Order: sequence, then structure tokens, then C-alpha cells
Amino acid sequence: MKLSKDKVRHVAKLANLPLTSEEEEKYSEQLSKILDYTDQLSKADTEKVEPTYNVSGLTNIMAKDEVSESLPQEDATKNGTNIKDGFFVTKGVFNYE
Amino acid sequence: MTDITSLTLTQTLAALKDKKLSKEELNKAYLERIKKLNPSLNAFLFVNEDSGEIPVAIKDLISVKDMPMTCGSKILENYIPPYNATVIDRLASQGVSFCGKTNLDEFAMGSSGENSAYGPAKNPWNLVKVPGGSSSGSAVAVAADMAVFALGTDTGGSIRQPASLCGVVGLKPSYGRVSRYGAQAMASSLDQIGPITKSVADARLVLEWISGGGGHDSNCHAKPFVTLSETKGIYSSASPQNDRMLKEIKVGVPKEYFGKGLDSEVEKVIRDAIKKLGDLGAEIVEVALPHTEYAVAAYYIIMASEVSANLARYDGIRFGKNRDQFGDEAKRRIMLGTFSLSSGYYDAYFTKAARVRTLIKKDFDIAFEKCDVIVGPVSPTVAWNLGGKINDPLTMYLSDAYTIPGSLTGIPGLSVPCGFADGMPVGLQILGKHMDEETVLNVGEIYENVTDWKDKKPNMSS
Repeated sequence: MKLSKDKVRHVAKLANLPLTSEEEEKYSEQLSKILDYTDQLSKADTEKVEPTYNVSGLTNIMAKDEVSESLPQEDATKNGTNIKDGFFVTKGVFNYE
Repeated sequence: MTDITSLTLTQTLAALKDKKLSKEELNKAYLERIKKLNPSLNAFLFVNEDSGEIPVAIKDLISVKDMPMTCGSKILENYIPPYNATVIDRLASQGVSFCGKTNLDEFAMGSSGENSAYGPAKNPWNLVKVPGGSSSGSAVAVAADMAVFALGTDTGGSIRQPASLCGVVGLKPSYGRVSRYGAQAMASSLDQIGPITKSVADARLVLEWISGGGGHDSNCHAKPFVTLSETKGIYSSASPQNDRMLKEIKVGVPKEYFGKGLDSEVEKVIRDAIKKLGDLGAEIVEVALPHTEYAVAAYYIIMASEVSANLARYDGIRFGKNRDQFGDEAKRRIMLGTFSLSSGYYDAYFTKAARVRTLIKKDFDIAFEKCDVIVGPVSPTVAWNLGGKINDPLTMYLSDAYTIPGSLTGIPGLSVPCGFADGMPVGLQILGKHMDEETVLNVGEIYENVTDWKDKKPNMSS
């Protein structure tokens, strides 16, 4: 399948991935080639086959509902680039800032 | 004591116990070797000079508290984890300390080590060759005796393939065997942490140390791996004189792993190894894995989809830099995955790949009705030249064709050194039933002990 440059731009937006114009060009070409290769999956007869998403053999694993230690605020925020009063500073969601 | 760094883990433990060696001597010997060799091999991204216990190297996407962790990415250039991964706590409780963090393809995405933002690690057998990936530095560190053993992670072959290309032992445990808490998630339905070691006995011991639940990974089985007491010690006694030790084992050989793309010299080495298993009494049976041809395609859709979700956490707010700092391969896989999961394409790509995954898993279920283990090559070729495939992503992806099917199925896989082609190491892949590392390790350990491949070391003197 061909992934046009426009399509690449759309996917990059969905992925919140800033790409340069050269990258859009390059990924259009490379991803088209990779999707051509993966198109062979259509030859596999999967009409009556259920999908597999997990191979651990486990189901319905619940954690105990109990209080346990967690990271102190200072440790949890120490890798943030913009910390104010012990909180992460983020971009304004509604652009009111 | 001379040649401290060539001892295996089990030999090191024995030497410490018998007071033939002190922990100070042990750490001094390894640190000196790391300092001497790392400038040319680039195996370590961070060296801890304060390692005081058994010095072990950790792939740099497994969190060690207060030790920098890059995941091989510019995006985490200044990141310092505030907690330990479960496997790190487990190892520490066994008298292990961490001599450094090892190089890798960025976020474990690659088959050559070249996708590291910090330059590739080099293959100790020949410095112009790739060491394999993505656990490149971990395999190099063990092959060049810069650590007693190392931890890696394997999503589509990232422990087995570099172990094969560097001539050391690598074990991908069953999916669900080892808690992944504290390891950067790449593709969550595939990732496993496992050991890269100097012997199969070492891999067995490390798996006992790191396996089992209780580590915040709900896909991890509670029960740890423990070697059956009745077999403990038997397999390490295998010797060329002590033959027929595999007489109750059926070894499956899939013809799909010997087709187009397999280097003829590698094939010869693998065929000889299989013959050796037969000489040891194993019954060699042909098995069919007819959907193997679809494995790489299904894997790249499923893996990339999960990658795109896992790497969404990099928002440049809580930790790490902005998303424009991702490297080339990371961006490519985020794009492929986002596309596969996007509206209008989800069923045709992601769900379709997940259905094909079922077919591949069924192949193994049927094959394992006829045999106890399945053997074949780990990699279709020996280590290739640095730069050889880096501009052709698809060719690079196809180099994982023999490790990916086992990953999709969630079964354990071991790479054991079994010879050389063109002067470079070749690994024999031994795949087993889900949660049956026991048989895989037994076959590997017997083979290892009746051959002398593990005694071959790269010449690092020049």
C-alpha cells in the first residue's frame, strides 16, 4: 500500500510527532515499502480465526486493593524540566494561559 | 588468581565461596577490563566504579535507581530513574551489584545496535562488524568479559540474536516468566527480560533469581522458575564420555528455518549441531511451521502498534525531552504503528496481524505434539559489516525471521554457541514449550558441555 506524503502528515499529527519535510518524504517512501511487504498477510486465511493479543496464559489478574509506599513527590518530579511548587507545569489544555 | 574475568557466574560464585577470590579482586579485575576495552567496543554507556558485589551489566532500558538511563535515546539524555526495576531488586538480594548500563538500539528497536543515539557497540570478534541488537552492549560486555553476566530484553530476538552474533549464551524466557516492572516498555505483548551469560548453567541460575511474580507486572506468573530437584546437577555433568544423555528428548527441526535467505555456511554449522544432538541420543523429527513466512509481517504491525502506544508517554513534561528528539527508527515505528491503529485501517492491519499471530501460535502447538524442543538457526547470517543494512529497514527486519515466530508465540528460546562461519560465531536456537525453560536449558547445557565452543574467546589483546 502506498502511503502518500499527505497521509504521512496526517499520521504524524495523530502521533504528535513533529516531522521535517524531508522526513515526510523519506517515511512516505519507506513506510510504503514496508506496507507492501506486510500486505502479504492478506494471503493468510483468517476467516474463522480469533485474534491473539496476549500469550501469558493468564486472565483476570487483579491487584490487591491496599495502600503501599509510593514515590515521594520530590523523587517523582526530579526529572521534570518545568516544576513549580512541587507540580509539573504543562501547556494549557484550552489555550487560556 | 589469574584470568578472573573469564570465569562464568557459577565458577565465580564457587571461587568466592572457597576464598580463592575476593570481591575486591573481582571488581578490580572487571573495572580494569572495562576501562581498557570500552573505548573501542562502546559496550557501556555508563560505568559504575563503586560496584562491590558480583559485577553485572544491565541493558540501559532497565531502571537502576540513581544511575542514569538513556534507553539509547537522546530524549532521555539527562534522565535518572528514581526507583529500581523488580529484576534489579531481585539481583541485589542475591549479592549482585551493577557495574554499568549497556548500549542498545534506541528503545530496543533494531537488530544491529546501530540505532543507538550514542554510537554503535562493536563486535569483539571483529570491530568492523555489528554485535547484533537490540541488546548490543549486553552481549558485547559478556563476550569481551567486561561483566560476569548481563541482562537484556527480547521483543523479537533482542537477546538471542546479539548473543548468537557475539558467541555467548542468551535466554529469552517464556512470556510471563519475569516481571518487567521498571523496564521501558517497547511492545508489551512481546517484551521479556532475560540473561546473557557465559554458560547455560549461568542462564539457568539467573532465571531462578529474576523470575516470579509480585513485581507489579500483571502478565507475570507468580511461581518463579526453579530447576527440578531431580535433574539439578545432572546436566552439568554431561561430558563427551558421558553420551546418550538426550535419549528421551525429541528434537523438532522445522524445514521453514532452512530455506531461502539462510547463509550456506551458517546452515552447515547448524546441521552439524543438530547431528550432535542426534549423536547424544535425541530423536530428530521433522516438524512443520507453515505460517512462518507471515511472522515478520505480523510482528512488525503488532510490535509497531504497541510501540506507538508505549512511546506516547514521552510528552516532554514529566521526564525526557520533546518528541522531536526521537531517532529515525523510533519515529518510523511510531508512524507505522499509529497508521496500523488508525481509523479505517485498524481491522485490515492490527486485527489481521493478531489473527495471523493465532495461526503462528497454532503451528507451534501442533509441532510440540511431536517434539520437546525445536531447533534451528538464531540468525540467517553471521554478524555483518557496520553500516551494511542501516539504510534499508526492511532488509534489517528480515534478519529476525527465525526469532520472531517464538516471540509472537510467547515461548522460551535459547541461543547457544555452536561454531563459526567466516570466523564469526553462530548460535543454535533452542525453542521450547511455554513455561518449559527446564527442557530448553537441559538440551542447551548438555550440548554445551560435550562441545568446547564456550571456551572460545575473542582475542582482545591488540
